[in-house]
Amino acid sequence: MARLEIKKTYKIYIGGKFPRTESGRFYNPKGIDVNVCLSSRKDFRNAVVAARAAQSSWAGRSAYNRSQILYRIAEIMEGRRAQFIEELLQQGSTKKSAEDEVNATIDRWVYYAGWCDKYQQLFSSVNPVASSHFNFSQLEPMGVVAAIASESSSLLGLSTLIATAIAGGNSVVALASESKPLCSITLAEVLNDSDVPGGVVNFLTGKADELLSHFSSHMDVNALVYCGNDSKKILKLKETSADNLKRIRAYAEERILGEKGESPYLISDLNEVKTTWHPVEKIGAAGSSY
Amino acid sequence: MQTSKYSSPPVDQVGIEDRIARITARSIKSSMKVEGLKMALSMIDLTTLEGADTVGKVTQLCTKAQHLCDEFPELPNVAAICVYPSMVNVAKQALGESGVKVAAVATAFPSGQSSLEVKLTDTKLALDNGADEIDMVISRGKFLQGECNFVADEIATIKEACGKARLKVILETGELGSLDQVRKASDIAIYNGADFIKTSTGKIPKAATLHVTCVMLEAIRDYYLTTGKMIAMKPAGGISKSKLALHYLMLVKEVLGDKWLTNEWFRFGASSLANDVLLQYRKAQVGGYQSPDYFSID
Repeated sequence: MARLEIKKTYKIYIGGKFPRTESGRFYNPKGIDVNVCLSSRKDFRNAVVAARAAQSSWAGRSAYNRSQILYRIAEIMEGRRAQFIEELLQQGSTKKSAEDEVNATIDRWVYYAGWCDKYQQLFSSVNPVASSHFNFSQLEPMGVVAAIASESSSLLGLSTLIATAIAGGNSVVALASESKPLCSITLAEVLNDSDVPGGVVNFLTGKADELLSHFSSHMDVNALVYCGNDSKKILKLKETSADNLKRIRAYAEERILGEKGESPYLISDLNEVKTTWHPVEKIGAAGSSY
Repeated sequence: MQTSKYSSPPVDQVGIEDRIARITARSIKSSMKVEGLKMALSMIDLTTLEGADTVGKVTQLCTKAQHLCDEFPELPNVAAICVYPSMVNVAKQALGESGVKVAAVATAFPSGQSSLEVKLTDTKLALDNGADEIDMVISRGKFLQGECNFVADEIATIKEACGKARLKVILETGELGSLDQVRKASDIAIYNGADFIKTSTGKIPKAATLHVTCVMLEAIRDYYLTTGKMIAMKPAGGISKSKLALHYLMLVKEVLGDKWLTNEWFRFGASSLANDVLLQYRKAQVGGYQSPDYFSID
């Protein structure tokens, strides 16, 4: 007897749960026979609330533990290779490019898992000062980061943006590619299975045109990271985010998708430097006393 | 004062739950929302009731009460500052002629486990320091033992001691057990001199809900229909979001009507609600979702 086909419902991911959009709307990506949530600004607002709530405890975890969790993401993704490849095929990739993209994505999670407990050593410093202070600088996460990737970098591109953000202790609200949202939601399921605490990464699906202005104008989003080559879009994001001096990081696709997408500088781009002046006695003739 | 003057009708719990479910499914938008937010702000009793309260903290809270957000001069002040009796003179001085009232919790707040003498002394301390309003707690232990006359007499005695100051009677509904008990306690308070009935101390996890507030509002309504006298209502504890505050206002309008929609007859006991209202108000005026980073910390 023929089995009934069981189709997957693609839902959004907010605060460790998979709700449907509060708006009740959906759309059909071109050429793909599924209903995908058409998220509203209120879904985005809820996602930011979840991301904000989760951020400090995520940043407070040991770097080593963040490392373990990022590696776990790669492990779980490895087990779901077939599903990712199939979804990329549905979204129009060739078999070869689908396999390459999934391999590259898994490798990238492993790459950034390795950096979690190392980037701090690379970018921190003890600074020479001319007074009796021990002066040192170190990186701190910016907070809530909005991540947007262009249509063509829906899996590798978005994964890279998310990995660099959470490796550095940020929490993320990510917008899936409008025409290729399937693999993003499956990535959300992977994250949900990988000990990533709920709210650290949130996924929305929907139309970028509708949502981008809310991404950039939200006062509680500290940074916005964009992978794509649309210079008009980048300009618009910069303009509308001026109100709270949101940091905008825009990368060309080649930078993120190629081997330059593996770089600790992408982590430090979503961190800010805090410098501490700690008073010490007797520096000078007697030498340092710390 | 005796409890036999009235008999509390049974509460239809399923009906209440249904009614609240319908209220919370509704939302208020645009200009109505802005007016609702301003109204909610004007009804807040900005509260600090910590063991760690200092003169500095109370003074700071009083400043906040008068300068909620100077960017928007059209915003009202909050209704009152709610503090412990020992902090009343500090608050009174800091508030000056601003019109913001000072409410003091008294009668062995929050447990109420003490003798009547101590409770009266506590109340007197607050009044001598200049409190405009007294928030008393009922003896929940006695109430649960069925000694309703004891509770009634206590309320009447404190009311007498209050003189001109308005008396808020805290029922601590989270400890009463059922909505029927809430109704009974409300009636005892109302018939024995309460000017306000108040849900909670804010010191236990089960604080104000729309459900108990609905029951208490119905008690107020029935008293008004019987005697023509108005009693005020104050839900307190756990109300930290504007949306919830607007739902409370809807409930008040539905059960009691417009007459109760002023800060003389309805208050919110809250510490963090004011900031959320300001966030929402700024969003309505400026556009774009706001961040608590840009508003004062309580």
